[in-house]
Amino acid sequence: MLEPPVVALNKSYNRLSKIKTLFACQKKAPYLFVLPFVVSFLVFFLYPIISTVIMSFQRIDGPESITFIGLKNYKNLINPHFFNALWVTTRYTFWTMLVLIPLPLLLAVFLNKKTTIGKKYFKSAFFMPALTSVIVAGLFFRLAFGEQETTLVNSILGVFGIKPMVWLQDPEGSMFAMVLLCTWRWLGVNIIYFLSGLQGIPVELYESASIDGANEIQQFWHITLPSLKPVIMYVLTISVYGGYSMFAESFALWSGPRSPGEIGMTIVNYLYQEGFNNNNLGFASAIGITLFVLVMIVNVIQLWVSGFFKKEGV
Amino acid sequence: MTSKYKEKIGAIIIYLTLLVVALFCLVPFFFLLISSLRPGVEMIQNGISFQIDFSALNLKNYWLLVEGKDGIYPLWYINSVIITVAHTVFSLLFTSMVGYGLAIYNFKGKNLIFTIVLVVMMIPVEILILPLYKLAISIDLIDSYMGVILPFVVTPTCIFFFRQYAMSLPRELLDAGRIDGCGEFKIFFQIMMPLMLPAFGAMGILQAMSSWNSFVWPLIVLRSTDMLTLPIGLQSLITPYGNNYDLLFPGAVMSVIPIMILFIINQKAFISGLTVGGVKG
Repeated sequence: MLEPPVVALNKSYNRLSKIKTLFACQKKAPYLFVLPFVVSFLVFFLYPIISTVIMSFQRIDGPESITFIGLKNYKNLINPHFFNALWVTTRYTFWTMLVLIPLPLLLAVFLNKKTTIGKKYFKSAFFMPALTSVIVAGLFFRLAFGEQETTLVNSILGVFGIKPMVWLQDPEGSMFAMVLLCTWRWLGVNIIYFLSGLQGIPVELYESASIDGANEIQQFWHITLPSLKPVIMYVLTISVYGGYSMFAESFALWSGPRSPGEIGMTIVNYLYQEGFNNNNLGFASAIGITLFVLVMIVNVIQLWVSGFFKKEGV
Repeated sequence: MTSKYKEKIGAIIIYLTLLVVALFCLVPFFFLLISSLRPGVEMIQNGISFQIDFSALNLKNYWLLVEGKDGIYPLWYINSVIITVAHTVFSLLFTSMVGYGLAIYNFKGKNLIFTIVLVVMMIPVEILILPLYKLAISIDLIDSYMGVILPFVVTPTCIFFFRQYAMSLPRELLDAGRIDGCGEFKIFFQIMMPLMLPAFGAMGILQAMSSWNSFVWPLIVLRSTDMLTLPIGLQSLITPYGNNYDLLFPGAVMSVIPIMILFIINQKAFISGLTVGGVKG
């Protein structure tokens, strides 16, 4: 059937205008899609960051009395409390990295072996602690590391003839408790990271290696470890910034920002105490900015080492 | 002969390691459960210990959860449920939109926005608590559900995951939808969203878990006792004037149970949710 020319023209004109409005809409639509992030980033990220930077140069005695004091807050960071916090946090980060990379890697390799039976159950068991809140974990570890002779840890040590210890009042003992708490909650997650990395390694690599006569340990060093480099780098990064921003674990073990002799005082703990308990907003902001710079340096180094900038540049 | 012997030793080492670590992971759950059935006085005297009087175990503490402290615990539970559900629903809606937008369209500023997403992912929230607290005061968000949810509703991790997922959506559907005269949002909600369901499952669980267990921000933004969430409420039971272990242990156990159930139902979604970013390379 032939349409009268006017109708056909009209139709095609209609379609054209429809397509035109669609195009206009298609140009705007992407911005509407990403709008939630842009708004949230500006209001709840960029603005707070800028306001901390400004506050870090101020002395704030109340909403009305704000004085600009230049770098004085940063100069005040040179004090034994901050150095102690820096030292505690660095030690904590070091130990969590030392435990939470090799151990989950080894367990993931064990779980990835074809011959291992009951993988599913082991995986579930390892992962379960990750489901708990830090408060629940803290409740257990606080009382398991209690000072009485009867507590779990002290009675286990008793079996080996070691005297009971007041764990949470001793710098080394409390560091051990904090690292163990962190290990308990994050081991499973890191195992999953490594497992997903392991599953990405082509089986043929191992097959040809074993034909060449390489044993399992050689295969681990020459195939597994190099192939897992990106995952190891990733876990390393999250360990570093997780370690440096640690707060809740210590808060849960001593149920507050204060610990005897500041043995559990991390950088964020110090920030919390100065900002919220002592109302030293300017000084606390300087602590925050220092931590921010520290974390950013680590991130940039990680991105640089893993070749992120190279990829983008070329 | 010797190689078989070696293999056996290897297997023993592997299973022994796996068993010891599994024990380390599960033992705390056992003791939390047992402690929730013991009188709180015993916990103060002995801490968590191997000496358990099994005949004294009873469910009294669980009854206390409902009755004790004027029934504050059920209130915390309700707060936690409301906050978790609202946070998860809104977060999924917004982050899926952003992730989809970044994956499907080409527009000016796209790369910049995506880079910002990646950078924000790498910055711990703890750094922002102080200025966020000031902001929350000035826009009247303190001590409200909204205050807990709003600053962290557009989670960069979820955006990243949705973007990766949306990259593999068939573009032909987009064109087909356009020819049928569907607007861009209609295409997203009616055609693409159903295709992204697995991603919603993984991110929903991840978001629900992190919201349910969230500690640092709620600790700061929630002030009055009847507004607290479970982790903050439990934390508030530990006071210098005495620890309410009768309430703490059963309260802790009850707070873990819903997440446990989710985990048992859909272990896969948990695991794929948590490996976001791990497979970036």
